[in-house]
Amino acid sequence: MSTEPDSAAEGIDWRSEASNAEMSRRDRLSELYEQKIRVPAVVAWSDDRTRLGLLIISVYLFMALVDIFGLWRDSSPNQADRFLRPFENMQYPLGTTNSGRDLLALIIDSTPFILLMVLAGGVWATTLAVAVGTLSGYKGGTVDTVITAISDFFMAIPGLPLVIVLAIALSPENPILLGVVLTINYWAGLGRSIRSQVLSIREASYVEASRTMGTSTPRIIIKDVLPNIMPYVMVNFVLAARYTIFAAVGLYFIGVLPYSGQNWGVTLSNAYYQGSLFSMQALHWLLVPIIAIVGLAFGLILLSQGMDRIFNPRVRTRLTGESESVTEDTDTSTTEMI
Amino acid sequence: MNYYLKRTAQIPLTIFAVATLTFGLIRLLPGGPFTQLRLELLQQGVPAEQVDARIEALQNIRPDAPLWQQYLDYMVGVAQLDLGQSISLNEPVIDVLARSLPWTVFLVVTSTILMFVVGVVIGSLQAYWEGSRFDRLTSGGSIFLMSVPYYIFAVIFLFILAFQLQLFPTGNAVDRGVDASLSLAYFSSVLHHAALPILAFTISGIGSTALNMRGNGIQVLGKEYVEVARLRGLSNNRIATRYVARNAILPMYTGLLLLIGFRLGGTVVLEEIFSYPGLGYYMIQAVNANDYPLMMGCFLVITVTLVVGVYIADLTYGLIDPRISAGDSDEY
Repeated sequence: MSTEPDSAAEGIDWRSEASNAEMSRRDRLSELYEQKIRVPAVVAWSDDRTRLGLLIISVYLFMALVDIFGLWRDSSPNQADRFLRPFENMQYPLGTTNSGRDLLALIIDSTPFILLMVLAGGVWATTLAVAVGTLSGYKGGTVDTVITAISDFFMAIPGLPLVIVLAIALSPENPILLGVVLTINYWAGLGRSIRSQVLSIREASYVEASRTMGTSTPRIIIKDVLPNIMPYVMVNFVLAARYTIFAAVGLYFIGVLPYSGQNWGVTLSNAYYQGSLFSMQALHWLLVPIIAIVGLAFGLILLSQGMDRIFNPRVRTRLTGESESVTEDTDTSTTEMI
Repeated sequence: MNYYLKRTAQIPLTIFAVATLTFGLIRLLPGGPFTQLRLELLQQGVPAEQVDARIEALQNIRPDAPLWQQYLDYMVGVAQLDLGQSISLNEPVIDVLARSLPWTVFLVVTSTILMFVVGVVIGSLQAYWEGSRFDRLTSGGSIFLMSVPYYIFAVIFLFILAFQLQLFPTGNAVDRGVDASLSLAYFSSVLHHAALPILAFTISGIGSTALNMRGNGIQVLGKEYVEVARLRGLSNNRIATRYVARNAILPMYTGLLLLIGFRLGGTVVLEEIFSYPGLGYYMIQAVNANDYPLMMGCFLVITVTLVVGVYIADLTYGLIDPRISAGDSDEY
């Protein structure tokens, strides 16, 4: 493969392209497409994990579309017999609850809500973290000290208890607001690890070259620094999304988030507290929301693992069959754990 | 030494800031806890002066005093460990917290250590046997474990092991009637009650720890110094522990700070599911009973616990990695 395996080389791409005056705009666009879209896509698609991950996520997107276009019935009490088991009656493929609600309808009803919330949480957490991390890592000095102190403070507050207190004051029922509230201090930790990545990038010779040439700080950050941390950011976007759904369902489950209408967490909570704990008869009521949650998280993680493969130069060289392994000192993602 | 001094000085500062935030949450948020409590009492037909007096008795806040006065009163109260009076339990908040804090710390510390040890062992075996069948199987398993939140494990364990098979208790930290003492009966009762929460909390973290360790291990195994150590004829054991394990574990240590935070916050859900009488359990009870002094007390103490926990982790980090530096950088 003709692309440079070293991620550091991608940072100078824009310069070498810009200096190459004979290249037409069209050539440049097609090269950009080749390098940034086609090659990564091919590498990604060759990985089973990405394929499976994308497949799973598209199932959820499909469910969201089904709900938006109203292709499946809405859930309502007494729409069917109580406690139908899954696949017992194919009109209600996943069975029904104690009040005769169609479980599949329950799951589909809240899919758009959950996806929107997950997206909002992920975007909010990663955008803020990238802004804070690159600024403090690249600028250094006083800016760094101040930002580090602030994010230290936010890191010192455990997420879920803070969300519980905020939820009482804000009553977030809007999915976007809820996503933001759930990841209210997630940016601090992620920003910290982005900062440590930027710290090593800013010492790189091509960044130093840009500085010597008098390139402005915002331009250096956008053109030299950001492309290098993008892979890490993408992977962490997925992890932040996973955190959002875990936190939301957990808090719905113990009943501290306000809700109107059921969603996966509320369904899980109802199933748990209204008796399926004691009888095997209602086990499916408990399992269906669990599978919905775990499935989405599984898809997200597979995707992040697959993306790691495109972005991580070490893995990519091995894949393309080059023997030389590029040793890169990346901080392993610290926010991977919950 | 300078580093340790600096780090120690940070603690009171952070706690001060957190107490200020707690005050802000209590007092300043529109529709915050005490505004709601006040409205509730007023709606019940309690006269306004009595409402203020009652709130003052509950939390050292006089709703009619100027804001800075309220702030000072609150901070002085916190410094004297006076966090107000619990409404639902009808005893000082600090007593409830003192009773429940040890259980939460016990859960978090035990499960985090277990998770770390098991995850590191699995991850390093995977790194050594990279590409083997064991590696592929456990990698798949790790990815799966990462996608199951701990409370799902908690619910499943509780359903199967506690409710259906009745092997474990479904609530509390010790059996009723077993007194706190250094007896075997007490300890076995404590372990029996804590087994499921700890198991659920440990299992869900193993996946990401193992994957992290695997990645680091593979990276370290490819380093030249490991090759050199082999050429020098050092024993495999020595290479594995001194050269590989140490360097692979170090980067994970920095993530510990976030990890402790996530896990401490996570006890809110975990303890509620197991009715385990720790800080998180009381916090949810307080939320459900509109017991705001207790809720904010729990919030404050969980945060302080996190600050202290991270401090201790930082100190041990200095022991493992002597290169620790203040991390100040030049300004561009």
